[in-house]
Amino acid sequence: MQVSFETCNNTLIIKLNGELDHHSASYVRDSIDDEILAKNPKNIIFDMSRLNFMDSSGIGVIIGRYKLIASNGGKVGIVSMKPQIRRIYEICGLKRIIPSYDNKKTAIENL
Amino acid sequence: MRVDNEMKLEFLSKSQNESFARSVVAAFAAQLDPTIEEISEIKTAVSEAVTNAIIHGYEYEQGYVTIVCRIIDNTIEVEVTDKGKGIEDIEKARQPLYTSRPELERSGMGFTVMETFMDHVSVISELGKGTTVIMKKSFKRD
Repeated sequence: MQVSFETCNNTLIIKLNGELDHHSASYVRDSIDDEILAKNPKNIIFDMSRLNFMDSSGIGVIIGRYKLIASNGGKVGIVSMKPQIRRIYEICGLKRIIPSYDNKKTAIENL
Repeated sequence: MRVDNEMKLEFLSKSQNESFARSVVAAFAAQLDPTIEEISEIKTAVSEAVTNAIIHGYEYEQGYVTIVCRIIDNTIEVEVTDKGKGIEDIEKARQPLYTSRPELERSGMGFTVMETFMDHVSVISELGKGTTVIMKKSFKRD
């Protein structure tokens, strides 16, 4: 599992590459929190174009980061979800709090 | 009932085995010629059950997780067993958003995901003895 970052204005783009499960969750969580602390972004976008697997442990990681960003008045978006990940996203009710977009450009424009 | 094929997998309750376990079950299920979507569903359900065994069954202590898979006609049956602490209230554990470990940033959606992705999920548990989650999924074929 790899996590990389890109900053666009005041939005931090988090690129997830690999499989996000309970095993990789703590590494992903720590990497993101370190970056948020260092860059202090207003909004964050999860780029899932290279995420091949996610279970409910990943949902926990996303909700945790959402709480962090939302408490500072920021917004969170998800882009490029694969079908399996979209189903988890829908089943777990994430759809109600975090919008999904087809690509980064649309996400940045709409956040 | 006649069992067409069966396999048993046993591994230590280490989180790095979660990926290994779901891949093995998916590979075994491949003989039923599932779609990519069905394979994803099985992998996700197995991942949830194995994660529960590691976090809640063994509470990060070392133990063995056992998976038995059976193929009966066009159905796969997956049993995930731990010899950990057991579940006090199964009904409560299966409720969406319920987590016994809120400090771990868990979503509480593990059982809901298993129930959504598999046709049947049952849980047998005894305090101090352990837990077995039995999941079944049938594949409709022409």
